Amino acid sequence: MNIFQDANRKQIAGRRRTDWLLHMLFVIATSIGVLALCALIIDILIDGIVRLQPDLFNNFPSRKADGSGMKSALVGTIYMLLIMAPISFIFGVGAAIYLEEYAKKGRLTRLIQLNISTLAGVPSIVYGILGLALFVRLLALDRSLIAGALTMTLLVLPIIIVAAQEAIRAVPRSRRDASFALGATKWQTVSRSVMPSALPGVLTGVILAMSRAIGETAPLVMIGALTYVAFLPDGLRDSFTVIPIQVYNWLSKPQIEFKELAASGIIVLLVLLLLMNFSAILLRNKYQKNV
Amino acid sequence: MLKKKSFKGILMLSMLAVLLFAAACGNNANGGNTNNETGNATNSTTNAPTEETVKLSGEVKVDGSSTVFPLTEAAAEEFNKEHPDVRVPVGVSGTGGGFKQFCAGELAIADASRPIKDEEAAVCKEAGIEYTELSVAFDGLSVVVSKENDFVDHLTVEELNKIFMTGSTVKTWKDVRDTWPAENILFFSPGADSGTYDYFNEAILDKAGIRNDTAITFSEDDNALVQGVSGSKYGIGYFGFAYYEENQDKLKVVPVDSGTGAITPTYDTIKDGSYAPLSRPLFIYVSNKELERPEVKEFVKYYINNIGPLAGEVGYVALPDEQYATEAAKIQ
Repeated sequence: MNIFQDANRKQIAGRRRTDWLLHMLFVIATSIGVLALCALIIDILIDGIVRLQPDLFNNFPSRKADGSGMKSALVGTIYMLLIMAPISFIFGVGAAIYLEEYAKKGRLTRLIQLNISTLAGVPSIVYGILGLALFVRLLALDRSLIAGALTMTLLVLPIIIVAAQEAIRAVPRSRRDASFALGATKWQTVSRSVMPSALPGVLTGVILAMSRAIGETAPLVMIGALTYVAFLPDGLRDSFTVIPIQVYNWLSKPQIEFKELAASGIIVLLVLLLLMNFSAILLRNKYQKNV
Repeated sequence: MLKKKSFKGILMLSMLAVLLFAAACGNNANGGNTNNETGNATNSTTNAPTEETVKLSGEVKVDGSSTVFPLTEAAAEEFNKEHPDVRVPVGVSGTGGGFKQFCAGELAIADASRPIKDEEAAVCKEAGIEYTELSVAFDGLSVVVSKENDFVDHLTVEELNKIFMTGSTVKTWKDVRDTWPAENILFFSPGADSGTYDYFNEAILDKAGIRNDTAITFSEDDNALVQGVSGSKYGIGYFGFAYYEENQDKLKVVPVDSGTGAITPTYDTIKDGSYAPLSRPLFIYVSNKELERPEVKEFVKYYINNIGPLAGEVGYVALPDEQYATEAAKIQ
């Protein structure tokens, strides 16, 4: 009896140890990401905080680090977002609604679905080449703001479609059935019953996709966003630059002071990202209360 | 109710935004260029303008070498102080990338850290693009080792050739000179797409190509090369003079002997050409057709007349004054 109990206790102790070990492993796995982000932010803050002055936002880039700013890059990024957001929202959500609600589940739909999922994983430089061939050359949009925004729209579309599809799929079947039972048409059901409850998820997807876009450099380098731009674009056909390109340009300069500028550029980019993600959370919470 | 409205509201808002942008674009695309002529006409009636007070506008597109970029950037920045309405966007697609756009008629000016190649010139000719080549400054490619390296006093061109040549058997410093330690060398070089690589390849290696094995690191980012060489006691690398000048505390520059004694790259030795064969001229290529536009002509004139003093500021070496006069004469 005694021996049996001892063995049992040992076994239990052993299991507890395994449990504790795995617990620790998962804690470490979680904290690595957080710690890396903290290290990055602290490092960037130390380098960049001195340059985080009004000059950074009010001035155009300059060959001298003092008084050099990123006005054109900041405005370029914001303009690009403003153009991208509505276009990618309309096309992305439209495609998601079609695929989830209208398309017949068949081989063709599956093929389209597979295509979109694959596109979501295609490296961004490939979109740059596509944008260069399609928008810059074929449609003769030149190396302009609109060409850049359209290229970025292509880049984020698959992500938005996938996110929106998941949000739409999460709406319970019974909601649609109830709507149909009341005699509503397909579009009435989609627009008044399905979309409102899927909207928080859709918007979160759109905003997160946008925040991916503002950090992208490669496709814009391909389509020729420029490095020294000392004016603000005032039309869709104007040359432009964005924050990541400005940061890259500052980093490649020999003078050490430009590294501080690059760091402060990264801070601005991070703040912009956090603001967008924060607004995604706010939106989601606001709408979730209404459902 | 609330839900319905909010979804529709967002849809409407986004569509409105698209429309607004499309409209804004349509107006401005034309608006920017036309006020060039009208602006001049109205001005002339009020206070008979001399050439300086003529209000120029329009766009002078520049792209090309990242080595020439700081020069063009400086020229554009100063030029904008006198002509705030002329837009001079500058890109860094690399010398080759710049020529590609230039010969497609997309640019007014191409920045180049080497003369145009025959193939590139042929493309330009086919497209009917005639151009003028203007030298704007010198750069001195600097061969550098780590500050901790206390044995390398100078290298001859033959030694550099032996070190960097394709298929080179040099592994340790002892292979270069018998008296040096048998420590493995780490090599650092700009990537094959850069004009710096091209120039070194031509001047030192007779176009044979730089070694490509496990001991060499290529990078398009000159700051990465600086980091690499300064961090490895037995490393060697080369890049533009500006990058050496800014990192003098971390790097030791190697005097180069081309048969007339070892010469250290300085502003003076690069300028008078005695730092041979590694001092190279930098160019801008101007499209002759674009040069007919007053804003392009004014910018190019400004560039040539003012780049001398600006060159030193960004780590390059000005040409002798009489050469700037020669260059300026080409665009009259």
